[in-house]
Amino acid sequence: MDRRARGHVLTPAELDEGALRALVPRVLAGLVRRGEDFDAAEDALQEALLEALRVWPEAPPRDPRAWLTTVATRRLVDARRSEAARQRREDATHAEPEQAETEQGDDTLFLLFCCCHPELAPASQVALTLRAVGGLTTREIADAFFVPEATMAQRISRAKRTLHGRRLDQPGDLAVVLRVLYLVYTAGHAGRVDLAVEAIRLARQLTLATDEPEARGLLALMLLNHARHPARFDVEGRIVTLDRQDRGLWDTREIAEGVRVLQSALTAERPGRYQVEASIAALHDDAATAAETDWQQVLAWYDDLVAVTGEDPIASLGRAVAVGHVLGPDAGLRETERLRGVLGERHRWHAVRAYLHELGGDLPAAAASYAGAAALATDVAERDHLVRQAARSRAGLRSDA
Amino acid sequence: MPKYLLLKHYSGGPTPHHPFPTMDQWAPEDVEAHFAFLRHVGTLLEESGEYVGAQALTQAQTWVRYGGPDAAPVITDGPLPETSDLVAGWYMVDVESRERAVEIAAYISSEPGPGGEPIYEWIDVREVMS
Repeated sequence: MDRRARGHVLTPAELDEGALRALVPRVLAGLVRRGEDFDAAEDALQEALLEALRVWPEAPPRDPRAWLTTVATRRLVDARRSEAARQRREDATHAEPEQAETEQGDDTLFLLFCCCHPELAPASQVALTLRAVGGLTTREIADAFFVPEATMAQRISRAKRTLHGRRLDQPGDLAVVLRVLYLVYTAGHAGRVDLAVEAIRLARQLTLATDEPEARGLLALMLLNHARHPARFDVEGRIVTLDRQDRGLWDTREIAEGVRVLQSALTAERPGRYQVEASIAALHDDAATAAETDWQQVLAWYDDLVAVTGEDPIASLGRAVAVGHVLGPDAGLRETERLRGVLGERHRWHAVRAYLHELGGDLPAAAASYAGAAALATDVAERDHLVRQAARSRAGLRSDA
Repeated sequence: MPKYLLLKHYSGGPTPHHPFPTMDQWAPEDVEAHFAFLRHVGTLLEESGEYVGAQALTQAQTWVRYGGPDAAPVITDGPLPETSDLVAGWYMVDVESRERAVEIAAYISSEPGPGGEPIYEWIDVREVMS
């Protein structure tokens, strides 16, 4: 491969970083399948990726995938050579990679199982997934999580050391993969890379690789929530709650796709938490105004959610809000009482109670609960929002006034 | 250029200039004015090229010490004297001089409180060792 060949000029779409990153799992899976060590191959590919970002704008390759494979292979051989020299071992020679055409979906799934190995801590699973499957650089991942680049590099290499010697050729735990992708999604929109968009991209790839309805349920959930993102903060960066959002700002294209994906998942009739949560999100997205929300149906789905999650307390807390709307705020508050022992120290529990008090018109109680929630909040935007709500309630203003 | 840490406190420090209630008891417009001022401080420091970082801390405080060999760590969250320091957050600035750090701290301390009046909060100014 002559990477200085200038005969062919890449179209802007091919030069797109997203397109480059999409190649990463395919190239990496190819290297690992032909017998390279996952750890070494992943390092070599990361170097090739940085090299590509540097030289491609000037000297675009004719076949980007082959270019990445060749450069990564060269790095692997170099690494092995210096290792060999040090240990006085023989040079290992390596043939050019065979271009066995495997399905792109298989590559993605295979690598997701490696990166989301159950023995890794969630933070490591997330970092490794973003690098090996997402094709992000260490610096980009570090920026997204506000840690120094050296720290993130160390986290990734420790994770790979943990995987060393593990058999990576067997199907992994899809539930862990789904949880990791959801973690990436909720990590949000900080830094140069939008992790929510990245998570959606990865989930979309995953749905091409597996028929598991929960994978589609997760993709639908992300799309249906992400559709509301443009309305979630005002120009000052203040949180705007669902009931006060300008629904004209919602992304109708994303909602349509989310509903389509959700419907195809539900036809399999194998419900799971992501499909149920997506169904709840779809009901909210479907209401033209907050007042038109079909709370009866929302409550029915929350009943399912509580059942499929084995009475997860956070699911039960969400259900309490729906109960408040269907059966009245007092009934909702009674539901929260049962969760006091498990969630009483969490800001969300106080915030839900504040909301229900407000719904029932008990503003002094709402103000006290909002203040309690603010004191426990761990997110600045959320804390500021809760302080505002407390002040508004105390001043006797209904937040919907 | 020296770096300074400008610490804000939930409690502790010298006697407050004047007492004021917690923010959830302020008029809503005073809360908005306060948040707007803090956003303005952030913008100002970024534009002047002096901003290094800023973080807020939650109120929950846990003291931990080594428990000794084969013993669990010793953990306490109190009781502590009413006057003990509880840090609420900080700005880190990279400035020309100590005078500039003091000037910024005084400006932060002018943040509006109830009725839009400055709260005259004490800011702890600490030089960061290089």
